[in-house]
Amino acid sequence: MPYRAMHLLGIEPLHPTEITTLLDLADRYADENRRGIAHRDVLEGMTQINMFFENSTRTQASFELAGKRLGADVMSMAMQASSIKKGETLIDTALTLNAMRPDILVVRHPQSGAVDLLAQKVNCTVLNAGDGRHEHPTQALLDALTIRREKGRLHRLTVAICGDIAHSRVARSNIMLLGKMENRIRLIAPPTLMPSGIADFGCEVFDDMEKGLEGADVVMMLRLQKERMDGGFIPSEREYYHRYGLDAEKLSYAKDDAIVMHPGPMNRGVEIDGTIADDINRSVIQTQVEMGVAVRMAAMDLLARNLRAKRGQEAAAREVMA
Amino acid sequence: MTTILFHNARLIDPEGGESVGGLIVQNGAILRRLGPDEDAGDLPGAERIDCRGLCLAPGIVDIGVKVSEPGERHKESFRSAGRAAAAGGVTTIVTRPDTTPAIDTPEVLEFVARRAALDSPVNVLPMAALTKGRDGREMTEIGFLKDAGAVAFTDCDRVVTDTKIFSRALTYARSLDALVIAHIQEPGLSAGACVTSGKFASLRGLPGVSPMAERMALDRDIALIEMTGAAYHADQVTTARALPALERAKRNGLNITAGVNIHHLTLNELDVAEYRTFFKLKPPLRAEDDRLAVVEAVASGLIDIICSMHTPQDEESKRLPFEEAASGAVGLETLLPAALRLYHAGQMDLVQLFRAMSFNPAQRLGLACGTLRVGAPADLVLFDPDAPFLLDRSTLKSKSRNTPFDGARLQGRVRGTWVAGNRVDEVTT
Repeated sequence: MPYRAMHLLGIEPLHPTEITTLLDLADRYADENRRGIAHRDVLEGMTQINMFFENSTRTQASFELAGKRLGADVMSMAMQASSIKKGETLIDTALTLNAMRPDILVVRHPQSGAVDLLAQKVNCTVLNAGDGRHEHPTQALLDALTIRREKGRLHRLTVAICGDIAHSRVARSNIMLLGKMENRIRLIAPPTLMPSGIADFGCEVFDDMEKGLEGADVVMMLRLQKERMDGGFIPSEREYYHRYGLDAEKLSYAKDDAIVMHPGPMNRGVEIDGTIADDINRSVIQTQVEMGVAVRMAAMDLLARNLRAKRGQEAAAREVMA
Repeated sequence: MTTILFHNARLIDPEGGESVGGLIVQNGAILRRLGPDEDAGDLPGAERIDCRGLCLAPGIVDIGVKVSEPGERHKESFRSAGRAAAAGGVTTIVTRPDTTPAIDTPEVLEFVARRAALDSPVNVLPMAALTKGRDGREMTEIGFLKDAGAVAFTDCDRVVTDTKIFSRALTYARSLDALVIAHIQEPGLSAGACVTSGKFASLRGLPGVSPMAERMALDRDIALIEMTGAAYHADQVTTARALPALERAKRNGLNITAGVNIHHLTLNELDVAEYRTFFKLKPPLRAEDDRLAVVEAVASGLIDIICSMHTPQDEESKRLPFEEAASGAVGLETLLPAALRLYHAGQMDLVQLFRAMSFNPAQRLGLACGTLRVGAPADLVLFDPDAPFLLDRSTLKSKSRNTPFDGARLQGRVRGTWVAGNRVDEVTT
């Protein structure tokens, strides 16, 4: 099924075949990136603006690089430093930027639903680079591509997602995507970091990490935010590491060939042991970063095609009217 | 001496039942009730209104209306709120003190009363804050405020967290027979939440509050009423889990009543859909099971009062990411048609609805209206319960148009509203 959307706001509205279309193209870009083949004509003449209302180094760099490899003119804006401080609303900021006629907006925002709201007010393509606790679709796609390349398939796998699931948009998008592709999903977290009603999403819920990891093909670790460590949600960093930190002993409950993933940035010694993270036989964390660029190239490529098609139709319609 | 004869009406009497007949209104009060074929006799100079079989009921008494005067008159004024009320069949609006500044002194209350008398075509009865600045620290001059016309005391959506201060305020209010209205939401548990916790909240990544927060707050307040003997009204009971506590408190003879917002009776949490901020309410919309339980509680009389919790918000405060957006919805004009959804769904009859919208609130505040008794004020609404329409929010008379029913199919239109025998819904500026 071709991918005909105008925006990539989340995994929730995607059909499994659309996910496959995106991943197939990303797969090709990943190979060509390795061979050093450039595609500067794909987004030639297009303007991409990265609006990050929340700090990010790797996601912003990944989108910037993806856009540049495809030949777009890329501009990155640190939104905290600009108009937001002057009291401008999100919609006004969006309308101002929209008036500059960009083609692609990449947006990260600390509020759930903020990117959806912004997408309603502009007439260019919008990519969600993470909104609050809601979705982070390109992260789920890059995780899926990594799994598919490592495991040779993206279905009937047992995937354990472990950590601060309650506050994680990465977890939500991954639950959506892996569920749509018919995988078995296990969620492992202390109950204070587990969202309410989550079992209704078709996941198995564990608060015991060893049981949760048993027989897993993929172990996906999540970052624990520093501000949640001291007494609010969990008693302490060291107790968390003891019960939920991924070390060799706990990993031994998963399948022998299980891969270890982490969206970064890692807290070594909090949610993951340094030696596991660096184990080239188990950890695919660097591959995830690599796939991130390829997935973002694929998403922007397909969305740009749809945008061009739509603009072409609008121009034709205007001619008929004239 | 003006006389009006309403004839050929379907009378909705909250104390009796439905009957066919008419009313004779003289000098602003109900003079006589007529049976189906009863002759009104010779009424010289009387205005005769043929109701053509439509429903004639006591006008709605809406407790908890926010008129944004003083402070935010661009959101709603007494004139616009009054016209909205008249269009919606609401003949008495009982206003909230959560204005800027809060209505917490007799001086501010007098300002409100004066503005209301000048501009509003319907009755306006003000409530006053229970604590100064609604800060939950010092009680207001409950005695002076009551003398100045405050019909009840409430800090609106703020909970008096300090139990000692709240118990003293309740004790003091009791000595003056003043009604205290409280918002029931355990403040710690509900801090930062903007939806009800559960699958939907998790799906949208929005911070949720457990429905249990409502029961916890109600349990605390019930203990305090038992301790102080105060007259107490819980503004909005919206969850199934709070109902057994309410039932027990009533059975034990405590002076307690409860209300519910029309939106919680007709909408549920899923209506928020893609972060639609017009559906952001306080407390948040609940699960369907809770909605059904609360509808049943109104039908059985456990929940006494239906209100609109009319809360005008301008476009700017709603066109924001969901968590940042302001809470509340306007409801004066949609209260009746929305309530008629319950009638058309077979969940309540018209007598039950008007008991909850007119009779019970009037009784709770000690008002003479809300009834079709002879001698009562002729505050009346004539409506066609079946007339279908598509709600277009741009046609609302409120200055703010933040209604969750925009584009909704509704049934039931007001055909006339009278306050003390004067027609108010046709009054144009």
